[in-house]
Amino acid sequence: MPRINVYAIYSLWLREMIRFFRLKSRVFGSLAPPFFFLAFLGFGFRSAAMPAIPEDIDYISFLAPGIIGMTLLFSSTFGGLSMLWDREFGFLREIMVAPVSRLSIVIGRTAGGVTTAVMQGLIILVPGIVMGLKISGLAGFLLSLVFMVLIATTFNSLGLAFASRMKDMSGFSLIMNFMVFPLFLLSGALFPISNLPTWLRSLSYLDPLTYGVDGLRGSLVGVNAFPLALDLAILAACCAGALGLGAYLFEISDVE
Amino acid sequence: MEGAAIATSGLTMRFNGFTAVDGVDLRIEKGELFGLLGPNGAGKSTIIKMLTTMLRPSAGGATVWGFDIGRERDAVRNSIGVVFQDPSVDSQLSGRENLDFHGRMYGMDKKTRAERVAEVLELVDLTEKADVLMEDYSGGMQRRLEIARGLMHHPHVLFLDEPTLGLDAQTRRYIWRYILKMNQEEGVTVVLTTHYMEEADHLCERVAIIDQGKIVALDTPENLKDLIGADIVTLEMDDGVTDEQIEAFSKFEGVEAVDRSGSTLNLSVDRGESRIPEIVLGACRVGVKIRSVSMHEPTLEDVFLKFTGKKIREAESSGAGRMAAVQSRMRTRRH
Repeated sequence: MPRINVYAIYSLWLREMIRFFRLKSRVFGSLAPPFFFLAFLGFGFRSAAMPAIPEDIDYISFLAPGIIGMTLLFSSTFGGLSMLWDREFGFLREIMVAPVSRLSIVIGRTAGGVTTAVMQGLIILVPGIVMGLKISGLAGFLLSLVFMVLIATTFNSLGLAFASRMKDMSGFSLIMNFMVFPLFLLSGALFPISNLPTWLRSLSYLDPLTYGVDGLRGSLVGVNAFPLALDLAILAACCAGALGLGAYLFEISDVE
Repeated sequence: MEGAAIATSGLTMRFNGFTAVDGVDLRIEKGELFGLLGPNGAGKSTIIKMLTTMLRPSAGGATVWGFDIGRERDAVRNSIGVVFQDPSVDSQLSGRENLDFHGRMYGMDKKTRAERVAEVLELVDLTEKADVLMEDYSGGMQRRLEIARGLMHHPHVLFLDEPTLGLDAQTRRYIWRYILKMNQEEGVTVVLTTHYMEEADHLCERVAIIDQGKIVALDTPENLKDLIGADIVTLEMDDGVTDEQIEAFSKFEGVEAVDRSGSTLNLSVDRGESRIPEIVLGACRVGVKIRSVSMHEPTLEDVFLKFTGKKIREAESSGAGRMAAVQSRMRTRRH
């Protein structure tokens, strides 16, 4: 059983925090796309009636949780893939030569990546509220935090899993365009998935983010397609699976 | 194996049929400043990677500070500090933050860390630059910080892989001074790799000369140079030289060995400066036209030439240097 090095986990987490608060331009850059989606779709479809959205819910309240899910998806996948940068710039060797189990390294990195992703999700919540999102209550908000952590952990681990299998950064845009974007569009972040044709909808059911977005929507505004307990259970299972996969692939990966 | 800082037996590494390290037996004593000297691609870095647990050997094994590099990886990692050939700092963090990160990874508490950071920064004269981001450090400063970081957790053995690669002459001298200082003041065993002759000669107590994955010679720099004889007299000639003429040279008084490479002859001569007139006269007698004469005291380059039949630079451009070419491409890209 590998040892858990608490100090090392803290060190890796702290490094992500320092970098997050130092690289403000990068944070702004990564928040721009979800913000624009939120602003333009939110205003643009404000008065459009979309089938399958309950009458008493306006589109912005429907959209904002989806955009939070999008923010979490992009920033946590990016966080997991950032191991490629550490490898490219040599810092990975400094981490790997330390007397620290690889499991601790995965935990530390993931904790850092998840924290930064959730912070970005919370930042996007603010313009949502300004534009008219009404949060159902404190309990709902706290539950949404649980969903945010699960979403971020799932995709951070998937990013790490991919990064462990990649030799260099050439596959990065491939993953962003052919994995992350479809996951986002299939998740029902922008529209109810019941509007999709059946064959596409079945793909949506395979997307972990579908349950994450539904859970966020249910906990924040009280509108959900599946029971919240089901969202929670499926997402937690995906999260555990992704975490295990990421840790395993990182464990067996080469340093050089 | 008892008592040695590092002991290897039959240490071997193969990559896809290419043997990078070929059955290396090595014993490095505690407190030693030891050098692995050889051209790029000779296998030095691969040896370091195996000893620092970054690569698992294909065959053979080694102990570092008494711990097995295969079975006791964490104990080995706890005993060593490593300064890698390529940069390995987080450029978005300051010097102090990089050191702090390192200290925590090795389980040092806040107070110990603060004391030690101050000490190692002082050692490499970077106290005033501690809070500058790494991306604003020069190459030499970054190197010094990496050396400080390697020492941070009081390792027993410090590995330095090409510590002065790509640095200017003055910075190189500084780095040498720090390496000597920490070997003496901190009592840390130092193992460094280099392909600079002067570096191995100036710094190391003992040097292993490595070519194509094998140790071809191992001794103190003085003893290695004594193998060559006293001085090297180099004759550059207008025309080629026949075997009979070489034979004639080797019979001159004081000449211990004759090596030909192209249109130059290297004579190993005892008290070379007093023999030059006789050698020139003798050359005229046997009918060799001399264009120029020069003399130098033996260097490790001559030792390398003697054991491998080529100069270090030639070795680098030959087959063994292919890997090096790839490595150096990667390095330039990283900078």
